[in-house]
Amino acid sequence: MAYDYDKSIRPGKLPHIWCPGCGHGIVMKGLIRAMDTCELDRKNTAIVSGIGCASRLPGYLDACTLHTAHGRGAAFATGVKMAKPEMTVICCGGDGDGTAIGGNHFIHACRRNIDMTYVLMNNFIYGMTGGQFSPCTPTGAIASTTPYGNPDQVFDISKLAIGAGATFVARTTAAHPREIDKLIAQGIKHKGMSIIEVLDDCPTTYGRRNKFRSVIDMMKHLKANSVSVKAAPKMTAEQLEGKFLTGVLFEDTEKPEYCEQYANVIKKAQSA
Amino acid sequence: MAKKVALLQGNEACAQGALYAGCKFFGGYPITPSTEVAEVLSVELPKVGGKFIQMEDEIGAMAAVIGASLTGAKSITATSGPGVSLKQELIGYACIAEVPCVIINVMRGGPSTGMPTGPGQSDVMQAMWGTHGDHAAIALVPASCQEIFTETVRAFNLAEKYRMPVQVLFDEIVGHMRERIEFPEPGELEVIDREAPSVSPEDYKPYDSTKGQVPPLAAFGSEYKYHVTGLNKADDGFPTTKASLVDAEERRQVNKVLDNVADIESNEEYLTEDADVIIWAYGSTSRSARYAVNELRKEGIKAGLFRPITLWPFPNKRTAELAVQAKAIVVPEMNLGQMVFEVERAAKGNCVVAHEGRVDGDPLNPGQIMAKVKEVL
Repeated sequence: MAYDYDKSIRPGKLPHIWCPGCGHGIVMKGLIRAMDTCELDRKNTAIVSGIGCASRLPGYLDACTLHTAHGRGAAFATGVKMAKPEMTVICCGGDGDGTAIGGNHFIHACRRNIDMTYVLMNNFIYGMTGGQFSPCTPTGAIASTTPYGNPDQVFDISKLAIGAGATFVARTTAAHPREIDKLIAQGIKHKGMSIIEVLDDCPTTYGRRNKFRSVIDMMKHLKANSVSVKAAPKMTAEQLEGKFLTGVLFEDTEKPEYCEQYANVIKKAQSA
Repeated sequence: MAKKVALLQGNEACAQGALYAGCKFFGGYPITPSTEVAEVLSVELPKVGGKFIQMEDEIGAMAAVIGASLTGAKSITATSGPGVSLKQELIGYACIAEVPCVIINVMRGGPSTGMPTGPGQSDVMQAMWGTHGDHAAIALVPASCQEIFTETVRAFNLAEKYRMPVQVLFDEIVGHMRERIEFPEPGELEVIDREAPSVSPEDYKPYDSTKGQVPPLAAFGSEYKYHVTGLNKADDGFPTTKASLVDAEERRQVNKVLDNVADIESNEEYLTEDADVIIWAYGSTSRSARYAVNELRKEGIKAGLFRPITLWPFPNKRTAELAVQAKAIVVPEMNLGQMVFEVERAAKGNCVVAHEGRVDGDPLNPGQIMAKVKEVL
């Protein structure tokens, strides 16, 4: 029997704005399955985003949804979670939104280890504005603002998140739909900051400029270049060159969660 | 029973006013000369089960405040000129998404870093026009520590009642001076809480204005699920580009303030009844102006003081009346000319309007104001 996504989608809100072949829809379906797995009460779930194609995701879902300003999703989400810790808070957005204009909020949300799940759709480009390079555009790649090839170096979002202090960091790709919901569900269940990086495709503004002739080519590229963390130890450095690791990259269940830390502050203040 | 009294700094009085109003969330970033507001609330908010968070930057603080307010918590931030500049994008967000919040701006000079420990009144136009796009603004300008307390309470009331950001601007002089404060008893000052929706969750539309200009705002995490966006939206909260809907919503959000000026306006007048010259002054400058009025009266010059406590929406009507009555209006400000242009606009050429500015980090003193009055009469 087909999976029932409809009960999670707001009536009348489809079709979505995403181009044919865009991976964001795959991620949205993964998120719905993960929310179902975790049996989230949608009234008590806030889905928060910034600006960009990926940030349009919350509007389609039946929950408390907050589409904010460019880069600011994690900061709005911090306010929601801090003020009402009993809510489940999910952030979503793209690579430009999350790691360029929103980079500061991203790293500090990780540092605080506040209990939220951030699904970051990394399609290597600013899609909504027409394909300008982002901090995740591969060096040498063509974007509308790197006509001679991208001279910038690239952020490794997952490493950034681990370095900044997130306590659950996982990566997968839009070519691994079954893994998306499993990792997001693990992230939701994890108490603390969870980053789920989903390597995604933008055929419209990235693919066509970078010799991916079809969506299938992009999906094949994602699949061919991903290596599961379980398989990686058996591979040589040469074999791992240029590959991205997928699966749970980091987990720490010891570090205190931010709202719990603040609950202790309240206790101290009230007993003083 | 005697009222509780204390010797409080303006910034401390602001924090106490916020607590009186039922504030439960502060999100901020350290900046001189406003930091004491944050420091006091970091001590006091957890005692009442509230939350204090120091964010990574000014705009992040504004974001957290809006997020917290959407859960139903009365929320505040405190900053100074450069911080307000950084928050401006999200002040506009709070305007269009109609999320109540209070922004304290303890004004210093500038532009840029300027003189962080000196006073200024150069953010008064920023308070109205700082964020992009069309919007209404409410800004209050208290002139004493006691008034900072009461105006902070009123700022929360107006924010909740009109579902929008409200700014309280006081200059560094009032922010850092210490005065005797009488704490109002609970119930003595009006405290307005957010109107909850009366319709069922299925029928709730966050921008349905059929029953009034200010639709009730449900809390995230209650029975109500809805969508909030900074895009132009229809009454259901979802984005629209339909011209008629965009136009109607934009106009409603401005008119909810302009149609209710009588409720929002607050002014004080001193010896204006027979005045030939009006000193139009706000904040700490109004204290020098009051002294100047008394001294000028001793010299036989019929001077009076008009002091706006609500600066935005601008007190058009009363300023226009005074311009007809008086020969001149003198506008002293710790800037090189901001509100004076609004006074000129309202005066419609019916009297002389003159500006006396000071931007060297020292307060405008009565002598300087008196000299200007004598010059224009």
